[in-house]
Amino acid sequence: MFQAWRNLYSKSDNAKAYSLLSPALFLIILVMLIPMALMLSFSSFTQVSMMEIDFTPTFQRYIDFFEKSLLVSLLIKSVKISFIVTLITLLTAYPVCYYIAFYVKKNKMLWLVLLTLPFWTSYLLRVFSWKIILGTKGVFNSTLLGAGIISEPLTFLMYSEEAVIITLTHAWAAFALLPLYVSLEKIDFSYIEAARDLGLSKFEVFWKVTFPLSLPGVIGAILIIFIPTVGDYVTPALIGGTEGRMLSNMIQAYFGKINNIPLGAASATIMLTTVILITAIVSYTTKRLTQRLS
Amino acid sequence: MNEKNSSLLVYTLIYFGFLYIPVLFLPIFSFNDANYMSFPLAGFTTDHYEEMWSKRNLHKALWASVKVGVVASVVSTAIALLAAKAFVRYKFRGQNVSYGAIMMPFLIPEIILAVSILIIWINLGLPLGLVPVTIGHILFCTPFAMLILIARIEGFDFSLEEASRDLGENAWGTFYRVSLPLYLPGIIAALLLSFIISFDEFILAFFLSGSDATLPMYMWNQMRFVKKLPHVLALGAVIIVFTTFIVLLAFWLRNVGQGKEKQDIAIKL
Repeated sequence: MFQAWRNLYSKSDNAKAYSLLSPALFLIILVMLIPMALMLSFSSFTQVSMMEIDFTPTFQRYIDFFEKSLLVSLLIKSVKISFIVTLITLLTAYPVCYYIAFYVKKNKMLWLVLLTLPFWTSYLLRVFSWKIILGTKGVFNSTLLGAGIISEPLTFLMYSEEAVIITLTHAWAAFALLPLYVSLEKIDFSYIEAARDLGLSKFEVFWKVTFPLSLPGVIGAILIIFIPTVGDYVTPALIGGTEGRMLSNMIQAYFGKINNIPLGAASATIMLTTVILITAIVSYTTKRLTQRLS
Repeated sequence: MNEKNSSLLVYTLIYFGFLYIPVLFLPIFSFNDANYMSFPLAGFTTDHYEEMWSKRNLHKALWASVKVGVVASVVSTAIALLAAKAFVRYKFRGQNVSYGAIMMPFLIPEIILAVSILIIWINLGLPLGLVPVTIGHILFCTPFAMLILIARIEGFDFSLEEASRDLGENAWGTFYRVSLPLYLPGIIAALLLSFIISFDEFILAFFLSGSDATLPMYMWNQMRFVKKLPHVLALGAVIIVFTTFIVLLAFWLRNVGQGKEKQDIAIKL
């Protein structure tokens, strides 16, 4: 009997693969899927008092969310800020990756290390460095004051939406560089040469050949920046002040000071749904776009 | 393309300036003899580093981060190694779904992972602290470690393992004598990079650590007080140097023994 099972096992790639995968899948199920399902069910409960939760299922928390204009406006603001950050990062990072993929020949390794290194340095410290730059007595103000350009420190630099956008653009740039570079590097150069030989202008070659071929990297970059920035907590808390507050800061408050776990869970669920929706829209549109272009 | 493009080169250099210069202010001001971070610099001092060294809580937080980082990186690399082997070695039903599932922590805002672990942990009646932080970090590091290991194992000649089995070595012996030495550079790279991710991770620690601060939590708590900023700068500078060293080491290890062509592929991951 045992021998028979053994033979079956050794013949089946499915069984072997899944026994190797089982720890990873267990991890995902136990530490991610079950907790997320629990979060979903908590969003249907009611916080009665500090310690007490009423477990009767209700949709009221979602109605609460959309009736609180603060929460809705923070959701919209989070999406807006992430959208702007994603757009700026894409537009600024693309030429850099383009240059390294197509023009750099010598010491390519060094360029690649430079490209990847910021990705691994502490996110908290990257955000903190902008506090040093933009603060009332920070680098920017003290330099301008010292040069006599301004006589009073500029207070609007910190604690604003713009400050959050600049900081996020810097902190997440490293995440856009890699997927963009990889997709550009993969492009078979003979396509570009063929397009040139056919008499297309430089601009046409880029728009009709290079850019469509780099679309997978563009989607990768969009998702890898958009998803975490929508839910970012550190930057708005450290740089944003009240002006630059985002939805995560309220979610944190519901789990902390305000202590309304069901409403916090509902807010988190709404954030997750937004992220999933936008991911789906981005992937769908780019798929259509790629089909049209090719 | 053999032509040059100097305007694009200038732009690229400016962009790298934007990427690197803000972070350099941390080490610069960590040696500045003043409590405010403003120009002109007031003079050179190492006082902030001495102050940093004298903080008992910092030692505690450092030790906490090292413990969490070591456990998280070892466990996630072990899980990731098995998974990576499954994806490289076998073609199986549900391959894409499994891959997507394991990469999911990548595609979900971290705050949502943190909050859902928080809810289940509290409802199990368990105390917050380094244990839930470590569990969260294992979840978060596994997809990273898996990507690194897949890049390393791809192209591995599995007939070497089969030959070892045919020659009568058991599964453990084969792993220990054949697979492990070949995977080793990749494993160490995955360990180092997972450690760095855990060491720098903030959001999960923020929600789950309770009163057991990790190093990023310690910095966060100090950042609120202007007077304490200078020693946070010193600490930040040390962390940046340490991280850079580990990451470069990991890059180097990952590329050891690989041909030029493979190096190019490896660094992209």
